[in-house]
Formats: sequence, C-alpha cells, structure tokens
Amino acid sequence: MRWLRSMAREVWGLFVDDGSFAGAILAWLAVAALVGPRVDSRWAGPVWFAGLAVILVESVVRFSRRRTK
Amino acid sequence: MQLAMANMGPVSGVSTRLGTTVVAAFLASLVECVEALTVVLAVGSVRGWRSALAGAAAALAVLAAIVAALGPALTRIPLRLVQLAVGTMILLFGLRWLRKAILRSAGLIPLHDEVAAFAKNTASMRDGAGGVRGWDKVAFAAAFNITMLEGTEVVFIVIALGAGGSGLLLPASLGAVGALLAVVALGVALHRPLARVPENTLKFAVGVLLSAFGTFWVGEGAGFAWPGPASASPDLAIPCLVAAYLAIAVGLVPLCRALAVEG
Repeated sequence: MRWLRSMAREVWGLFVDDGSFAGAILAWLAVAALVGPRVDSRWAGPVWFAGLAVILVESVVRFSRRRTK
Repeated sequence: MQLAMANMGPVSGVSTRLGTTVVAAFLASLVECVEALTVVLAVGSVRGWRSALAGAAAALAVLAAIVAALGPALTRIPLRLVQLAVGTMILLFGLRWLRKAILRSAGLIPLHDEVAAFAKNTASMRDGAGGVRGWDKVAFAAAFNITMLEGTEVVFIVIALGAGGSGLLLPASLGAVGALLAVVALGVALHRPLARVPENTLKFAVGVLLSAFGTFWVGEGAGFAWPGPASASPDLAIPCLVAAYLAIAVGLVPLCRALAVEG
C-alpha cells in the first residue's frame, strides 16, 4: 500500500510541479474543449495556444515576483 | 503484342498499387517518426540515453502488443480520444519543463536542481519500497508518451492504407517499418553532434518541443482548426507552435531577470 502511494506520488510529480499552474492548464483545456469545437473558426487552434501562453507567462512572472520578496 | 500488353496490364497495375502503398506508408510514417525522433533525441541528450531509449522501446512494445491483440478492430478506437488523452499528458509535461527551463535560464532556480531532486528520490527509494536504481522516470515518460502518440498515428496510417484493397496491409506495414528504420539510422547519426550542445540549451529545446507537440495534439483531439489553406496538412501548425513557444520563452528570460533585479 505504501509502495502504491509512493508510486502515485511519483507519477503525479511527473506532470505537476506547481499545482496552480497545472490546474490552470487543465481548467483552460476544459473550457477550450467545450467551446472550441462549436466555434466554426480556423482560429480556434491559435486561441487555444494563446491561452496556454498567457498561463505560462503568468506563472513565470508570479514565480519571479515571489522570489524577489 | 496486344496479348502481351493485356496480360501485363493488371500485373503492372497491381505492382503500381503495391508500390504506391509502400511509398505512401513510408512517407506518412516518416513524418510521424521524425516528430517522435526529435523529442526522443532531445530528451536522451538531456537526461540520458538509457531511460529515453527504454521509454521509446517500451512504447513500441506496447503498440506492437495492442496491434497484435486487436488488429483491425483498432480502427474502432477513436483517434481523437488517444490524441486528447496522451496530448494532455505531453502538454502538462512540456509546459512544466519549459517553465523550469525559463526560470533556470533567468537564474531563479539552480541549473542542476533536477540532479539534486533525483539524488533525493533515489535515496528515498533505497530507504523505502525499493525500485530500479539509475532509471530516469522523466526521460522514460517523455520518450514513452511521444513514441506512443506518434506510433498510434503510424498504426492508423497503416490500417487506413491497408484498407484500400486486399493484400495492401503488408506493403503498408513494410513502408512504415522502412520509415522507422530510416529514422533510427538518422538518430544514430545525430546523437553525437547533439552531445556538443550545452545542456541548458537542450533542456530549453525539449521544453519548447514538448509544449508545441502537446498543444497541437490536444488541439487535434479537441477538434480545433488551425489557420492555413484547407488542402494543407494540419501538421504544419507544429513548426509554427515551436517558433511561437520559443519566442515567448526567449522573451521571458530577460523579463524574469529584470523582475528579480527590481526586487
């Protein structure tokens, strides 16, 4: 049981480093997956990417600011 | 003469069809294999070849087992579901990696923090439930995921081309195997020059590549459209995503440095 818990923690650690960062990506994925296919636009892909880029920039900037305090 | 031509007609038609199937399977699979190779090479250069190659080999073995067990029934599994599930893992993995690479390049986290984390993990594994020493789970998982995803694409290509007529499954498979062998040869030729690239530059590149592939595959799985002519392959979005992520990441490094100095 302890072995299983430690393995689950290892697998979780592979994908999640900063919980809020991973959470924001998954939340954006859920929103985009629901709305994106209904929008008949060739720009659905770029909008999906732009959202991820914003999440990345916000997370990196937040980390830098926290480090300076 | 006419009789000879009439006899040759169907034979040359069949051989042309077989040849076309081999070439089509080879070229289509080559694109997917090169995409997987790019990531496996980068991961292997950064984190070590043993785990990266083991991850790629494990994915190929799992794919072979699935193909052997399910065969043509595989066509009933929706490709989009595979793209969405595996793409999400690659995306989480890639963006996490890219975020760390940016912070590392800006000097906000140590260059070799993963080595320390790995040493801590292996020490706790020795103390606790045990495990395989010396294996890099990050490299294994990254290589496994990308090989699994691109390999699934190749399986679908082979099945689709093989369904074009009776006896076409074998030439389609041969074309795909040929592409795999060509890419393996390319990898063997490229892995030494890659070793000369600085470690942190490679880590940066891996983050950019995984993020771009993850973004693309989730987009494909969710059914997002990409700009460009309708006749163009959606795969053309990948180099654009790579360039966009690279530009953002390179721009973020001085910004993070400036924010740190301001504090």
